[in-house]
Amino acid sequence: MNAPAYNFAYLDEQTKRMIRRAILKAIAIPGYQVPFASREMPMPYGWGTGGVQVTAAILGPQDVLKVIDQGSDDTTNAISIRKFFAKTAGIATTTTTVDATVIQTRHRIPETSLHANQVLVYQVPIPEPLRFLEPRETETRRMHALAEYGLMHVKLYEDIARFGHIATAYAYPVKVNARYVMDPSPTPKFDNPKMDNSPALQLFGAGREKRIYAIPPYTKVVSLDFEDHPFEPYRFNAPCALCAAENSYLDEIVTDDKGGRMFVCSDTDYCEGRQAAGHHGSLSAAPYKEKAGSHG
Amino acid sequence: MTTIAELPPGFVDKVLSAQSTFRSVMDAMARPGSVQRIVPMAGTAGPIMRGTAAIALTLFDHDTPLWLDARMSESSDVTKWLKFHTGAPVVQDSSIASFALISEGALLPTLERFALGTNEYPDRSTTVILQVESLDMGRSFELRGPGIDGVAMLQASIKPFDLFERLRMNEALFPRGIDVVLVADDAVVAIPRTTRVESKGS
Repeated sequence: MNAPAYNFAYLDEQTKRMIRRAILKAIAIPGYQVPFASREMPMPYGWGTGGVQVTAAILGPQDVLKVIDQGSDDTTNAISIRKFFAKTAGIATTTTTVDATVIQTRHRIPETSLHANQVLVYQVPIPEPLRFLEPRETETRRMHALAEYGLMHVKLYEDIARFGHIATAYAYPVKVNARYVMDPSPTPKFDNPKMDNSPALQLFGAGREKRIYAIPPYTKVVSLDFEDHPFEPYRFNAPCALCAAENSYLDEIVTDDKGGRMFVCSDTDYCEGRQAAGHHGSLSAAPYKEKAGSHG
Repeated sequence: MTTIAELPPGFVDKVLSAQSTFRSVMDAMARPGSVQRIVPMAGTAGPIMRGTAAIALTLFDHDTPLWLDARMSESSDVTKWLKFHTGAPVVQDSSIASFALISEGALLPTLERFALGTNEYPDRSTTVILQVESLDMGRSFELRGPGIDGVAMLQASIKPFDLFERLRMNEALFPRGIDVVLVADDAVVAIPRTTRVESKGS
């Protein structure tokens, strides 16, 4: 083989040590964004360089890796990251949620409940929940130091004043362990309740912004809201067209230019598992059969 | 005088041993009170236990100022081993240390002498690695906090006896604070700053 010899899981050992130390502090201070010396990765920013670095720092030969992009195992981002680690670490990969020990995700939490032997690694574009309200890092850092989160409540209140309800649908801010307000990465707010009291460790990596943060297992994660406008997860009011699931997060897929559309589970592994178990939706394809006399 | 050739060795397989050790420490930190085992073994020097040696090889380098207790810093075996294998600079001033190595509880200084981080950067705090007698026998403790499903029980023989009383300062200081990693031979238990510990007598 003429391929260049990379270190196990691509990153050099000094970089891994630096990331590992940041991960330990992130776990010790739930929801606090630990700065780290993010490296250039062989993929562009926005393709999960933060998540990839966290995964590379924790991954061992015994691990089984699953990578999802918006719930799907089969999109370019998910496939290329899965192949990246299969190549540089020689580890086993899977698309089945329960079989994975490390799950790297872009913008979704799997529908299947996670268990204690799993680590969920999020790819994060903008880790600072206050960034769009206050552009200065010095100020947002001070606001976190003082736990001064009034501005975030004003933002949610402005939603109510304008639309009658909290219109934030993704990257919905949460408070971790009753202290730090944290951006759950742009997951749909449908997924927020899954972060609360999860048996799995949750790690967040932001490559371009050079931050790592964490939610330890069994930690209280509360979505910000108001007494008279409580947090509500949003979901299209329809069953999945392929597996008839009533409680999964759905993608809307436009099927023609006449307004036709279908709603399907965003979590492909969950949907395929349900179909294999005999659940069928309104648009499930029947096994292909040649119809008699259909030629011509 | 020890020459390089006589120094106890580091990990046989640096890359995978460090990964395995890190996962044990990460699991310990994520699930306070749970006893994690460190599998890969390296040589040890002087009073350094097997688990402590593996953690040092996994997490220390030239970026991590290191504070040693009197017994460790007086042992040239220890300082040479650490210097050769990790390159971590040993500092006299404990308030700038990333890590502190404490060979036994009696030598633990008051915790305020370590870096506690700032409210803006609470991560810039010392991680104290404290060697103890046992992490599966001894007094019973109840642990609560993030990472723990309700209550976790820990049986341990720990010095100083008032360690957990002293760590109560973490409650008032949060998000600043001290994170402690307890080591007994190959067993590791982490007590991050968010963990509340109560002694359950005998």
